[in-house]
Amino acid sequence: MHTKRKRNFSVTLALLPTWFAAVVIYIGTMFWSIRLSFTDSTLFPSSNYVGFAQYVKLFHSAKWLASLQNVLIFGVLYVSSCLVLGFLLAAALDRKIRFESAFRSIFLYPYAMSFVVTGLIWQWMLNPTLGIQASVRSLGWETFVLDWVVNRNMAIYALVLAGVWQGAGLVMVIALAGMRGIEAEQWKAARIDGIPVWRIYVSIILPQLGPALAAAGMLLAMGVIKTYDIVVAMTNGGPGNSTEVPAKFIMDNLFGRQNLGLATAGATMLVLGVILAVAPFRYAMYMRNNRAKGAA
Amino acid sequence: MKNTMKLFLAAAALAAAFGTAHAEDKPTIEIMSSWTSGGEAAALNVIKTEFEKRGGVWKDSSIAGIVAGDAPGAKQGVIGLAAADFVNQSLMNPIADVAAAGKWADALPKSIYDLISYNGEVYLAPTGAHGESWVFYSKEAFEKAGIGDEPKSWDEFFAGLDKLKAAGIVPVAWGGQPWQQSKVFNMILLSQVGIEGFVKIYVDKDKGEASVEGVKKTLEILGKLRGYVDDGAAGRNWNDATAMVITGKAGVQFMGDWAKGEFTVAGKEAGKDYGCMIAPESSGMVYIADSIWFPKTGNAETDKAQKLLAEVVMDPAVQLEFSVKKGSVPMRSDVDKSKLDVCAQKGLELMTAGSIVPDQAIVLTPQQVGLLDDFVDEYWSSGSQDAASGAESFFAIFE
Repeated sequence: MHTKRKRNFSVTLALLPTWFAAVVIYIGTMFWSIRLSFTDSTLFPSSNYVGFAQYVKLFHSAKWLASLQNVLIFGVLYVSSCLVLGFLLAAALDRKIRFESAFRSIFLYPYAMSFVVTGLIWQWMLNPTLGIQASVRSLGWETFVLDWVVNRNMAIYALVLAGVWQGAGLVMVIALAGMRGIEAEQWKAARIDGIPVWRIYVSIILPQLGPALAAAGMLLAMGVIKTYDIVVAMTNGGPGNSTEVPAKFIMDNLFGRQNLGLATAGATMLVLGVILAVAPFRYAMYMRNNRAKGAA
Repeated sequence: MKNTMKLFLAAAALAAAFGTAHAEDKPTIEIMSSWTSGGEAAALNVIKTEFEKRGGVWKDSSIAGIVAGDAPGAKQGVIGLAAADFVNQSLMNPIADVAAAGKWADALPKSIYDLISYNGEVYLAPTGAHGESWVFYSKEAFEKAGIGDEPKSWDEFFAGLDKLKAAGIVPVAWGGQPWQQSKVFNMILLSQVGIEGFVKIYVDKDKGEASVEGVKKTLEILGKLRGYVDDGAAGRNWNDATAMVITGKAGVQFMGDWAKGEFTVAGKEAGKDYGCMIAPESSGMVYIADSIWFPKTGNAETDKAQKLLAEVVMDPAVQLEFSVKKGSVPMRSDVDKSKLDVCAQKGLELMTAGSIVPDQAIVLTPQQVGLLDDFVDEYWSSGSQDAASGAESFFAIFE
C-alpha cells in the first residue's frame, strides 16, 4: 500500500509537466482563441466584443466557403486513394517478389520528403511551360495538355495527386506489416479450397487488416485538417480560390492580413468540425469497449 | 504579460509579412527585408555598405529569431496605414531627433513627410518611391511585331498586343499572383477614373455612379487582357515575368518600376533595350513608398544603431545610389537627378507635378488590401465577363 502510493506520487510528479502543457498550452490557448473570435481584434487582441459578427463575416466570405469545399474534396480523395493504392502496393509486395526491399524503399521514399518539397516537385512537373507538358510537346506531340496546377478546375486534383504520391507509401508499409502478421496456415487452407488469389486478399486478408488500415486512415485524416504547406508550395491557394484550404485561410488572416478576429473564428469552426467528426466515432469505440467488457 | 504578448504577436506578424541584436561594442542592427531579387539586393547593399563604413555591424535577420520572439532592429515596410497599428501600440521607436537634425521636413515632399509621421512624430526612414503604373516593353519584340510608337489608348494597346501575338511572341508577361494582379487593376482604374476619381474611390470610399462606371470599364479592360497571357502565368513571380521581357520572349509587363532593377542587373539599358510607358490613357501614376521601420527592442545599443541607420538611409548620396540600383525615385527632392535613367526621370516629373495617387497599401487597412487581392484574383481567374456584378463585389471590400 505504502509503495503503491509512493509510486503513484512519482508518476503524478513525472506527468505534471505534460498536464501543464495540455491544460495551459493546448486547452488554455484554445479558449483564448475562442474568446478572440468574439472580438473585433485586428493585429492585436482587443476586448471589444462584437458577438457573432466575425462568424457572420466568415460565412459570407466566398474564400472561406471555397476552402471548406476544397478540403472536403481533397480529404475524401486523398485518404481513400492513399488507402486503396497503399493496400494494392502492399499486396503486390506481399507476393514474395524479387527485390522486395528495394521496391519498399522506393515506395516509402516520398514519405520522407516534406510537403514543401513534394509541392514544389509537382508544381514544376505540372506547370505547362516548364514541366511534363513542355517536355512532351518538345518531343513532337504539340497538342498535349497537362496543366493541372494552373487550371482552376483541376488544381485541387493536382494537390490530391501530389498528396497521394507522398502518402501512399505510409499506408503500404502499415498494410504490409499487417499482412505479414497473418498466419500462413490461412493461405494454405484457402489454396486447398481453390480460392483465387484476389479473392483471398479481398475476403480474407482485407477484413483482418481493419485496425491497421483504420490507424493509417486516421493518420492521413489528421494530415488533411492541417493541410497547409503543400498548398502554399504548390498553388498558394490559386488559381482564384480553387485550392484555398481552411488552414491557409486562417494563417493568412492571422498574420498577413492582420485580422485576428476572423482568423480565430475560422480556427474555432475548424475545431468544432473536427469534434463533430470525431465524436460519433469515439462514442462508437467507447460503446464497443463497454460491450466487450460486459461480454467478458 | 500583456505587453509581452503584444511584442510576440508583433514579431510573429512581422515574420509573416516576411533576431536578436547582441550587445557589442559597435552599433549592431539586425534587419528584416523581403528585398531579395537582383536589383533589390543590390540597392539594400548600398545602405549596408554605408552603414558599415560608419562603424555599424549589419546582420540579416533570421526567421528563427523572430519566431523566438525577438523583434529585429529594423524592418523594411511601406509608409502609411500599414505601420499605424504598430505605432499606436508603442511598438516602434520614433526617430524624431534624427529627422530634426537632418532637416527632413525640408528635404522631403510634404505629403511624404506626413505619411512617415504618426501623432506628429517621425517614425519611418523613407528609402525611395516607386511608380506602379508602368508598362515595360521589349524594344526587340516591338520591332519584330512591327509596333512603331508607344500606344496612347487602350484600343491601340490591344491592337499592339494582337500584333505581338501574330509574331509568335507572348504579348503580356503576366505575373499571376494576387498582389501583382491588384496592381494592374489599379493602374487601369487610374486610367479610367483619373486622379480625383481614384482618390474618391480609395480614400472617400465613394460609390457614386461615376465610380461604379469606372470600375466596370476597368474590369472590362482587365478581362480582355486574359486573352494575351501564356499558360504558365498562374502563380508566376514578378521577376520571372520580367525575365520574359528581358529575353524578348514576351512583349510587355505591367509592373512597378522596381522591375528596372532586373533589367539593370541583366545589363539592359532603359530607352535603348527596353522602353517604359505609363499605362495608356493615364493622367498620372500610382505610387508606393518604401521605408525602414524601427521596432522597439528595449535594448539601448540597438536604439543607437537604429538612429545611425536612419541617418544613413536619408543620406543624399545613399538615396541616389539606392534608387539607381533599385529603379525607384529618391525621396529627397535635393538629390542630383541627372544620374537617374529616363524612366525614373519621367516618374520624377509626375511626382513633382503632384500627378500621383497612393497605392492601396498606403490608404487601406491590411484586411481591405487582402480583400482587394481576393476580388481581383477571383475575377481574373474565373474568366467572368460580368463587369456589373464584379463592380458590386469590388465596393463590398470597403464594407
